[in-house]
Amino acid sequence: MRPVRIIVAKVGLDGHDRGVKVVARALRDAGYEVIYTGLRQTPEMVVDAALQEDAQVIGLSIHSGAHMTLFPAVVEELKRRKATDIVVFGGGIIPDDDIAALKKQGVEKLFTPGTPLQEIVDWLRQRFPEEKR
Amino acid sequence: MKVRARDPKQAWKEDFESSPVRDDGIETSTISGIPLQPLYTTDDLPRRPEEVPGQFPYTRGIHPSGYRGRLWTMRQFSGFATAEETNRRYKYLLANGQTGLSVAFDMPTLMGQDSDAPTSRGEIGHCGVAIDSLADMETLFAGIPLADITTSMTINSPAAILLCMYIAVAEEQGVPASRLGGTLQNDILKEFIAQKEFIFPPAPSMRLVVDSIEYCAKEVPQWNTISISGYHIREAGSTAVQELAFTLADGMAYVDACLERGMRIDDFAPRLSFFFDAHIDFFEEIAKFRAARRIWARWMRERYGAQSERSWKLRFHTQTAGVSLTAQQPELNIARTAIEALAAVLGGTQSLHTNAMDEVLALPTDKSARIALRTQQLLAYESGVANTVDPLGGSYFIEALTDEMERQAEKYFKRIEDLGGVIPAIEASFFQKEIADAAFQYQRELEEKRRIMIGVNDFTVDEEVPIEILRIDPKLESEQVARVREVRRKRDQARCSKALTSLRKAAAGTDNLMPYILESVRAYATEGEIMNTLIEVFGIYTEQAVV
Repeated sequence: MRPVRIIVAKVGLDGHDRGVKVVARALRDAGYEVIYTGLRQTPEMVVDAALQEDAQVIGLSIHSGAHMTLFPAVVEELKRRKATDIVVFGGGIIPDDDIAALKKQGVEKLFTPGTPLQEIVDWLRQRFPEEKR
Repeated sequence: MKVRARDPKQAWKEDFESSPVRDDGIETSTISGIPLQPLYTTDDLPRRPEEVPGQFPYTRGIHPSGYRGRLWTMRQFSGFATAEETNRRYKYLLANGQTGLSVAFDMPTLMGQDSDAPTSRGEIGHCGVAIDSLADMETLFAGIPLADITTSMTINSPAAILLCMYIAVAEEQGVPASRLGGTLQNDILKEFIAQKEFIFPPAPSMRLVVDSIEYCAKEVPQWNTISISGYHIREAGSTAVQELAFTLADGMAYVDACLERGMRIDDFAPRLSFFFDAHIDFFEEIAKFRAARRIWARWMRERYGAQSERSWKLRFHTQTAGVSLTAQQPELNIARTAIEALAAVLGGTQSLHTNAMDEVLALPTDKSARIALRTQQLLAYESGVANTVDPLGGSYFIEALTDEMERQAEKYFKRIEDLGGVIPAIEASFFQKEIADAAFQYQRELEEKRRIMIGVNDFTVDEEVPIEILRIDPKLESEQVARVREVRRKRDQARCSKALTSLRKAAAGTDNLMPYILESVRAYATEGEIMNTLIEVFGIYTEQAVV
């Protein structure tokens, strides 16, 4: 069995990549295969990358406040490309009310400022218990 | 019986060694990892002639009178939604005693694209104000006399365009450019290094920066042409020493570029300004500010041969550390910000932005913005800290730490030089890797509880955050899109396309681009149109993503 492969991506226009890089490194250290797309990815680019890399998970990071537009756009793009088996999670400065709305729209999990890295790893382990790491 | 007095320092050492020491596992080094002694004494004081404020190398401050002469400028960074709403907030802040303006632009504006560009969707007015053309800039400063106020504009890749818009609004108000005061961030190097709001490749980016510095030296002489920024480097995860070293290295790269253009050092150096972070490790920050002044003064005088004292003096703005704030128990952010602001003041800052407690969640509300401003007023008028210049000067600890910061920064300058300078080091991802390593290291220390963030990894409570959040009405987006389209419809098309054609030609040559950009702005060419014209000539930059 192959390891879980995760695309981590910065969607939107902002270049604040501290969080995404720290998370990418932590997931890699936890045994996952991590592909970081770099900055300013459109939802189409993110889904392209996920399909090309045959990833099971997409992790999105944003700090510009455009999460209510761009996170759902990734989920929509996955639906359009019939790839809804790919799990989407996200992180950034996201108010509580928005978290509820985003979950309804298909973003499975959202992590907010101050989340310990271990919590993200634990969530992935729980979500993909069968996979080799 | 005669008791022989123990040598006091020896006595302290013996007593210290026999005293119990806390074993909570929390680091005793600075937040940046500089090891600290439990005590500093005269033994740690550097042997050098006494330093005084207002005298080279300005370690103790650039003004002989410190804040007795003039308090720092209280300059709250602000902008959201539309120009009209932000204009209202500016008037509110000015009415509450703020002494300077500081414009926050939204992401599309920062990235040089118009509100109706496809990738602007969802971003308009969110983390700043949307400015598409001169028309928006006119609204932003309506009723604010630009002759009487100084304005800071935080923008980089499209900095020249926004400065031209400001000059054009001033013209309409009857204020000549020569009377304008303010600051343009215009620091593209730290974008490549940390904040990543780059558009053009490094060489044409540097050309635009030098064009604006050269133009302002003649036409807008009271304008701070650049704000060489450590803030974003620090917020991206660097240590205090990295912030200090990378920022000053950037400063020297700009000096080199201007000299290469043929400018004389004393014609532009006095208008270079700096921008630092004030993080939570109180003494380390104060030492950083003091070291920055000393290093800059030395380099300017000794390496670059600047004759004017004004060229030697490092002037800086400070913002308290956004990254030190927590979404958990956000009211504590008021206390954090107060400590950081105090460090900035004791470090001798020329101007200061204090973060609002809710900035970790969203843009500040009127009330939280006022509390942040009041925190500065409290320091200035209640605490008494402004009464004495560099009150920590001579402290065994502060002086030793200042020297240590300087020593470590010099090591970085050497490494950057060995890589061939700042731009080759950027292209080799040197800074980016250094910063990512430091950020990861700090995160690990948090996870291991070797560093504590109250409310995050200790002293937590289970509570809903009962905090009011400023939300941007989604309707604003379509209104702003309609506005930019109307500007395009109504303007003098012939004048506009003529201006853009001339700009394109000039960009392909070597002329200073400022007059061409100014004419395009006056002709109501939009920001996106001007940027796209330049992109046709300059191309765009993509970084190699390093984790």
